[in-house]
Amino acid sequence: MSPRAQVYILAALLTLMGAGLTIYKNVELGFPLLPGEYRTVWTIEAKVGFTADGGPAKAALTLPRAQRNMEVLGETFSSSGYGFNIISEDDEYRAVWAKRQASGVQSLFYQLDVHQTPGAALEQPLDLSTEVVKPLLGAREQEAVRQAIYSVVETARERSSDTRTFTSELLTDLADNRNQDRNLIFGYYKDRSFVDIALLVLSAADIPAHRIRGLYLEDDRRRLDPEDLLEIYDGKRWVVFEPQSGSPGVPKNFFIWQRGGKSLLDVEGGRNSGVTFSVISNDVPARDVAMLSTSQEKEALVDFSIYSLPIEQQSIFKLILLVPVGALVVVLLRVFVGLRTSGTFMPVLLAIAFIETQLFTGLAIFVLILILGLWIRFYLSRLNLLLVARIAAVVVTVVILMGAISVVSYKLGIEQALTVTFFPMIILAWTIERMSIVWEEDGPYEVVIQAGGSLLVAVIAWWVMTNRYIEHWTFNFPELLLVLLGFIMIVGNYTGFRLGELARFRQLVR
Amino acid sequence: MRLQLPSFFRGGLVSPFALKKLGVLGMNARNVQYIARYNDRDKYPIVDDKLNTKRQAKRYRIPVPELIAAFETQPSRKRVMEVIEPLEKFVIKPARGSGGKGILVIVGRDGDEYLKPSGNKVTALDIQRHVSNIHSGLYSLGGKPDRVMIEALVDFDPTFDKYSFEGVPDIRVIVFRGYPVMAMLRCSTHDSDGKANLHQGAVGVGVDLATGKASHAVQRGMRVDIHPDTQMPFSDLEVPDWQELVRLAASCYEMTGLGYLGCDIVLDRKRGPLLLEANARPGLAIQIANGVGLRTRLEHIEQMDLEQLEKNVEERVAYSMDYFAAKPLA
Repeated sequence: MSPRAQVYILAALLTLMGAGLTIYKNVELGFPLLPGEYRTVWTIEAKVGFTADGGPAKAALTLPRAQRNMEVLGETFSSSGYGFNIISEDDEYRAVWAKRQASGVQSLFYQLDVHQTPGAALEQPLDLSTEVVKPLLGAREQEAVRQAIYSVVETARERSSDTRTFTSELLTDLADNRNQDRNLIFGYYKDRSFVDIALLVLSAADIPAHRIRGLYLEDDRRRLDPEDLLEIYDGKRWVVFEPQSGSPGVPKNFFIWQRGGKSLLDVEGGRNSGVTFSVISNDVPARDVAMLSTSQEKEALVDFSIYSLPIEQQSIFKLILLVPVGALVVVLLRVFVGLRTSGTFMPVLLAIAFIETQLFTGLAIFVLILILGLWIRFYLSRLNLLLVARIAAVVVTVVILMGAISVVSYKLGIEQALTVTFFPMIILAWTIERMSIVWEEDGPYEVVIQAGGSLLVAVIAWWVMTNRYIEHWTFNFPELLLVLLGFIMIVGNYTGFRLGELARFRQLVR
Repeated sequence: MRLQLPSFFRGGLVSPFALKKLGVLGMNARNVQYIARYNDRDKYPIVDDKLNTKRQAKRYRIPVPELIAAFETQPSRKRVMEVIEPLEKFVIKPARGSGGKGILVIVGRDGDEYLKPSGNKVTALDIQRHVSNIHSGLYSLGGKPDRVMIEALVDFDPTFDKYSFEGVPDIRVIVFRGYPVMAMLRCSTHDSDGKANLHQGAVGVGVDLATGKASHAVQRGMRVDIHPDTQMPFSDLEVPDWQELVRLAASCYEMTGLGYLGCDIVLDRKRGPLLLEANARPGLAIQIANGVGLRTRLEHIEQMDLEQLEKNVEERVAYSMDYFAAKPLA
């Protein structure tokens, strides 16, 4: 196979790999393609409060189970002075706080961050008992209530075709306060909630049902009590109903806490116990959400990437990942334009320094150091020093110049110039040395041309590297480097003319 | 079909298609299709290090300027002075210099001082510093430590005196797979400060491979008919010993093993053509000097069959001188 074909095949493979990984990260892991995308993250706080009796106290709170359309990004428990652990009990998780001696009002907190994702709320099947416990309505005074219940059931049954439509009808009837039977039932069970009564009537109709506890995610809600949904078994599967409206399905912003009818909170050794919830929404950068949600699953792609590094190193990598982009700019300008620079990739280092210092400060400092350095170098050249010693002397001079620039500008109140330290000193010293040779051999005009060319390339590289899209892509999709590599390989195969050559050879055409 | 971009590219741009049609070779095509393909990396040291070139040239009986001394390690002052003290004229060069950098030519003495061709004087101390700079790798590719060579100054053939100002006239021949394909004479001018680099203002004179006569001359991209300093018309210029010179260039192919090669040759009054240096990455300015593109000629040779490529030096020279003869100017 010819080298050229190899280049194209390799470049195609690299591009495919890079693009594939990028698409996977975007589609599957939710990394945003564009910068500045935000996602809503809900912070839900459950506050368990009770008055302790003075003896040993224990509180057990049922924790939310995994829900398909809600991704839990993180949980925190606060329990000062309490022993804490999480136990698993009949496919439910419970947080258990315990203390040997507690008295007075106690507050325990459980907080979690969730993020809504598209998809169905619940997964089937669920191992809940479909056994129906008929209500005990034997006593004489309950006869009227019993009649009313069966009348409601009968009406609903007549107006429906299957269990689902029946439940819908039943719930609408129970919500309708003009219905006499309904009013009788509600009058009898004054202290019960709507969902309790609905469960009672459903069991009378021989339909397996239980409650679902949860919360509606709405911003800035405090001291919320959990809300209930109904779930019935239609013979094949479990179906959720919103009790007040009778409509099937889990409401969109409903966060399911507990499925099944067990208690939400058990407290031993305390009184007046209760759970209240508060909900706050935050807009969080989409990438952070993606990072948090994938770190839970320990996605290998993320786990073995620069994201697993400490934040400080990550920010260094943010710069390092821009270097290939700068190199690409140099390659393009060399191959397609034919710009002459002093030191092939020196402009990339300059561009990185410009990122830290801001463009105009950087340019000013560079030109200043170059001019002062050249001037000192001309003096040094008269002293007959060995080359390495002379360059080292220039390095020291450059450092002193940098220090001087920093101190003087700081005293003058120009804080910008403090960033001078980001300039690559050794490279600057070499540049000064090379420039002074060019000056001696080819004259000052050539120095201006080469320094100007380097600066032009550096400024273009800086401009590309500070583009927010480029910054976003290089850091969040480092696999795009493979695409870049493929592209550079293809550019390396270009055998056409450079822009500069169109001017250089123009005489030949005439 | 010309785009106008006068401010930056004084004189505008030409269409790349026009250049392609004329068979002009661009830098990218030269690098990818010729240098990378025909020049083996392992043969580079032969041409990149001028001391190696000299050694190899001896083996192949190719005449070169006489080597007076070479310093492999950093020489002491005493050693440098020992060598240059008895010399009237000499050249100090870095063995691995590129683009003519770091070459110091001394043409005479004035008391304790040394004279450069421009008439400027340098002291012994300056010369020692120059030697030390070369050693430290100031002029070598990548700044690697270098070796210093001191050569006898070529006793230039007087033919070119009228066409060169203060400088060293040399002839560049491009040899492709052993066939000389194009030649030019580089004449230094006052403008180029005695240097033979075309981009510094030297005149590039295209030389007809068949006859050794000038066919075309260019200074700073503009066509010229007379030397700007000496006012001599280039139409009278004819390189003596031309066939011998082309033969020398062609034989560099065997010596270096490089398929795409630039040979720099000077004419000595007594010894005839001498190989100054060979170059594995010869520039493209030769096309401007000749007013002809290289690509068509290179492609012609690429089409040759194996038998033709196996020919000996004399046959190749005869073929090139015949086939690449300049078309009479209209």
